[in-house]
Amino acid sequence: MTTKLFGEPVRRREDQRLITGKGRYLDDIGAQALAAAFVRSPHAHARIVDIDVDEALEVEGLIAIYTYEDLHGPMAEPLPVLIPHPQLHAPRTGYPLANGEVNHVGEPVVMVVATDRYVAEDAAERIVVTYEELPVVVGVDQAREARIAVHEEIPDNVAARHHQETGDVEPALAAAPRTLSFTQYIERSACTPMEGKGVHAKWDADDSSLRVYTSTQASTSVRAAIAAKLELSLDKVEVIAPDVGGGFGVKIVHPWPEELLVPMAAIALGQEVKWTEDRREHFIGSAHERQQRQEITVGYDDDGRITALDVHVWHDNGAYTPYGIIVPIVTATQLVGPYVIPVYRVIVESVYTNTVIVTPYRGAGRPQGCYAMERTMDRIADDLGLDRALVRERNLIQPEQFPYDHHLTFQDGRPVIYDSGDYPGLMRKLKDLVGWSEAEKLRADAEARGKLLGVGMAMYVEGTGPGPYEGGHVQVLGSGKVLVSTGLTSQGQGHETAFAQIVASELGVPIEDVEVTTGDTRRFGYAVGTFASRAAVMSGNAIALAARGVREKALRIAADVLEASPDDLEIDEGLIQVKGVPGTSIPLRTVAVLSNPLRYAFDEAAKQATQFAGPGDDSKPPVAPGDAPGLEHRDYYSPIRSTFASGAHAAIVEIDPATWEIDVVKYAVVHDCGNVVNPMIVEGQVHGGVAQGVGGALYERMAYDGDGQLQNASFMDFLMPYASEVPDVVIDHQETPSPLNPLGIKGAGEAGVIPGTAALASAIEDAVGRRIAAMPISPTELYDLVRSPDSEMTATAQRRAGTGVMA
Amino acid sequence: MTASVDTERTITVTVNGVRREATVPVRRLLSDALRHDLGLTGTHVGCEHGVCGACTVIVDGAPMRSCLMLAVQVDGAEVRTVEGLAHEDHQGGQVLHPVQEAFRECHALQCGFCTPGFLMTIAAGLESRDPDAELTEDEVDEMVGGNLCRCTGYANIKKAVRHAADAMKDGAR
Repeated sequence: MTTKLFGEPVRRREDQRLITGKGRYLDDIGAQALAAAFVRSPHAHARIVDIDVDEALEVEGLIAIYTYEDLHGPMAEPLPVLIPHPQLHAPRTGYPLANGEVNHVGEPVVMVVATDRYVAEDAAERIVVTYEELPVVVGVDQAREARIAVHEEIPDNVAARHHQETGDVEPALAAAPRTLSFTQYIERSACTPMEGKGVHAKWDADDSSLRVYTSTQASTSVRAAIAAKLELSLDKVEVIAPDVGGGFGVKIVHPWPEELLVPMAAIALGQEVKWTEDRREHFIGSAHERQQRQEITVGYDDDGRITALDVHVWHDNGAYTPYGIIVPIVTATQLVGPYVIPVYRVIVESVYTNTVIVTPYRGAGRPQGCYAMERTMDRIADDLGLDRALVRERNLIQPEQFPYDHHLTFQDGRPVIYDSGDYPGLMRKLKDLVGWSEAEKLRADAEARGKLLGVGMAMYVEGTGPGPYEGGHVQVLGSGKVLVSTGLTSQGQGHETAFAQIVASELGVPIEDVEVTTGDTRRFGYAVGTFASRAAVMSGNAIALAARGVREKALRIAADVLEASPDDLEIDEGLIQVKGVPGTSIPLRTVAVLSNPLRYAFDEAAKQATQFAGPGDDSKPPVAPGDAPGLEHRDYYSPIRSTFASGAHAAIVEIDPATWEIDVVKYAVVHDCGNVVNPMIVEGQVHGGVAQGVGGALYERMAYDGDGQLQNASFMDFLMPYASEVPDVVIDHQETPSPLNPLGIKGAGEAGVIPGTAALASAIEDAVGRRIAAMPISPTELYDLVRSPDSEMTATAQRRAGTGVMA
Repeated sequence: MTASVDTERTITVTVNGVRREATVPVRRLLSDALRHDLGLTGTHVGCEHGVCGACTVIVDGAPMRSCLMLAVQVDGAEVRTVEGLAHEDHQGGQVLHPVQEAFRECHALQCGFCTPGFLMTIAAGLESRDPDAELTEDEVDEMVGGNLCRCTGYANIKKAVRHAADAMKDGAR
């Protein structure tokens, strides 16, 4: 049977257009459009005193200039707080164009529209904005000290105090046989998709309707935001995500100022307007993630079993909080990972700084949580002189403990109840894959070569596929073509292929007949978006349910024609037949024709469905009550709660004590995302995630100076890994299906990035014997750390040194 | 307005085997001229400072970053873009270049935005070597080492280079 494609490494149908230059990304649209460019704040914190546009007016080709004064109605109000939360007590958002004050370098102040981008930038350059500079807050520690306020009326800089606890942590810590406390840091990085953001808008004055293309992860919600802000009826706005050149989270934020301003200008000018973000704009005008200060106290027994955990995180949320406290909540709740934590308390203080906003970047708070938990495991092992794997094993949730309730509330407002998993299984596979038991031999071999070798590991559990819902629509045409749509967008993960596999398998049709459309509000108006490793879980299941609805209807109609029971029918290769009776069959496409009783025969096939085509049952209406014409079905998948994927990574690093270059010589991944739709795509996601994990651990950071200037806002200075920086990755799989959804799948998109920082910190610490408490770490920083008299030697290193034996 | 900004020049360039003429401001980047003046949007712009390689095209046989060239510099030159990698077969269909086939086969692309730059760089690399010589890992690293990809982690791109080299070796026989 060729149509059962679920689980097969089907080659991607997206690729044909993308490898021949026929993709359609945002900047490929609207050849005739006017171009927008922005004057952005050069200061991290300032009052706007004056905006002088006189010189710009002389630029030939200038069409329009907009400042805050040109914004009216809802456009003059602050941008929405997308995800309100009771603990977000002091939310702040910017305006589409700055209203008297700027709070980070890159904040848009003036929009210029001109005949092309070169001219728009010429004009933008001639606009003189006078600022009165204000004191600047950079970094989580300065925000915490609160000597300077980012927003005057929030003197402590605290936007939110997120707090969860599962018991009384202080007595539990007091009663613990052992405790240890430490503080550690993790730095900012960013999504940096190869395609920045971009918006194209076209106003149809005759129809009073607006079409917007935007490089987004949430086209339905952008549509709603545009309608609300520009005071248009929802049915007069359509929003389409074309081919999106990567997102990784930054494009889930919306509406970006440009997503409102470009349509506003298109309506005002009656012409197409387009804005394409350039690389520097992306660095200073989009979003970053990951900076936290983590203060951890853990109680444990002599065997290394955790009895209590108390975590206080200071989270840098940048200048504004449009995406609420999702990242802090994810850190707080995913921190516990695959472990039993009898008593847990977490407080995350989310603080303002005069820097780019912080919103989800692949992993979305999980890498930080994993870093906190896994480094805690390493410290316990170090203190007790135990194998790091053994300490983890002693704390793992066991397979018979599922469903496992952590008594926490997740980012979707639902309980953190792990649906399924086999964490000891992950650990067994990981130790085999990386050769954990060989570590001491490898260390000795490396030492003989003059290198320092270390191994490290980290485990994680990832809540994936949060609701509230996604939908799918499946329609069989008289041609046999099967149209599938979902409102959820793609950013390059291969949704067209994965969803087509699901439909081909569920419906029993050749995959070549299936056409998938994503992220186009003309085709599907209800959706949430692509984030939180949710596309396969959410839209995959919704589409499967829609396909099952179509199948049921097809079999019902075919049963009438074939005078058989629907239960005796099967669909294979687009043919409905009576099981075991070859020849008694009807093509699905014919059923599609018959499903829509016709008066008019517009083509040859349609004749079969017209009113004089054959004997009908005069006693019944052509369309039965409760039925509908057409062979189509729309369905939704709305989960009771998220499904929890899991995995374990291990890294072996070799460090050259002459240069302190850190070479990742082996990187092992074991992952479990339940049933796999397409293993080729899942492995690709893992590869890409690991590259970002390694980048975040060893190379990438946002280098702000004390004035809030981003010093490395280019690909020249922000060290995104090239091929030479990414290690070879070995992968092993485990499949623990989710009991929560019809297809038994869990999300896979973000997993690869989560444990990178934790595992590499562990490996580097193991190699050099000095405590690693700030990541990422560069060779220079490692050199300084090792030479510093203040750096802490690990107990393991002391044992090794003391006994002279590789312990 | 300074005179240099206003100055336009008409250039003649052979793009993918077709002689094209365009009147462009002298400051127009080659990447923008290809995309916006000639409508060849397959060439992508990822950084505009010559670091990511997404905009790589082949100019007179050598891979070049089209965001670091001015359009006027290719007056009289021959340019190949991703749109010209495949060729027509006798039935009016399309025969993909071995490196395009390899990218699809090896899942060497996800979002596809950096892909045209990789394809052109690798195509230039593979076409300029003896197809019968054993492909070394150094050669692979050289061919993929100057371009950025944020999706794939590069493993499958390297695999695709080997795959394409094998195909070209077989094809040369």
